[in-house]
Amino acid sequence: MLLKELERELEKWSSFPDPFREFSLINHGLLRTLRPIRGEFPPVDISKDEEKYVVSAEIPGVGPEGVDISLKGKTLTVRFERRPEELGEGEYYTKKERWYGDFNRVIDLPCAVEADKVKARFNKGILHIELPFAESEKPKKISVQTE
Amino acid sequence: MAETVKDIKITGEGNDQGKKRKTYAPAVDIIETKNNILLIADMPGVDEKSVDITLEKNLLTVYGMIAPAIPDYSGTVTDERSAGDYQRVFRVSDEIDRENIKATVKDGVLRLVLPRGGNVMTKKIEVTGEA
Repeated sequence: MLLKELERELEKWSSFPDPFREFSLINHGLLRTLRPIRGEFPPVDISKDEEKYVVSAEIPGVGPEGVDISLKGKTLTVRFERRPEELGEGEYYTKKERWYGDFNRVIDLPCAVEADKVKARFNKGILHIELPFAESEKPKKISVQTE
Repeated sequence: MAETVKDIKITGEGNDQGKKRKTYAPAVDIIETKNNILLIADMPGVDEKSVDITLEKNLLTVYGMIAPAIPDYSGTVTDERSAGDYQRVFRVSDEIDRENIKATVKDGVLRLVLPRGGNVMTKKIEVTGEA
């Protein structure tokens, strides 16, 4: 956090002409609302239907090869990393708001899932993980017999 | 000086955007290189068809449309992600070559390459002596 502030201060002081002046006040206000307030990163949506959970997480710029998904019992772990652009000589950032680094998000699922049937796919920077419920968790139809 | 309104659309079809939806500013990196300025924006959920980039006068607007949530999944367990479109406006200097701005979208990340070398408008003002 402190580092970020320092970075910002340095940017302010850099004497390079900035051809890219921005409506920073408006944008900063909006940007703040975008940041996950509830803590964990990345923000995740979990939905379910009759057969499965679907976990969706926004991980833009990270392809299938950059993400590691593991499941242990009811605990789903998603690990990924993202690195900044490699800069050539004389190249420099004038704005650096996007996140970088190693992340992992641990999600405790409400019920057991079928580990062998978990499917994951990336679509437009959003990771979708489909987790079918374990057989034992599926509703069973009980037939009533007459005596 | 004629006003040039350059519409850099990388979308094929015109998006029918009401633009009344909730919008969020995407996180952006800007990198200066010798010949270009590179703008990178995180816009998960957006592809080349749903992003709209316009440059009007010196205002560069980046707009990304997000399709409404998938209707198939009825039950929501958690809902942390923000729903809404992306929008952010930048002011671009005359140094930018407006005709050769390039945009690509991959894995929900928009990359705009803005080449330097536009006409820097200098206007010479004649000074005439009073007769």
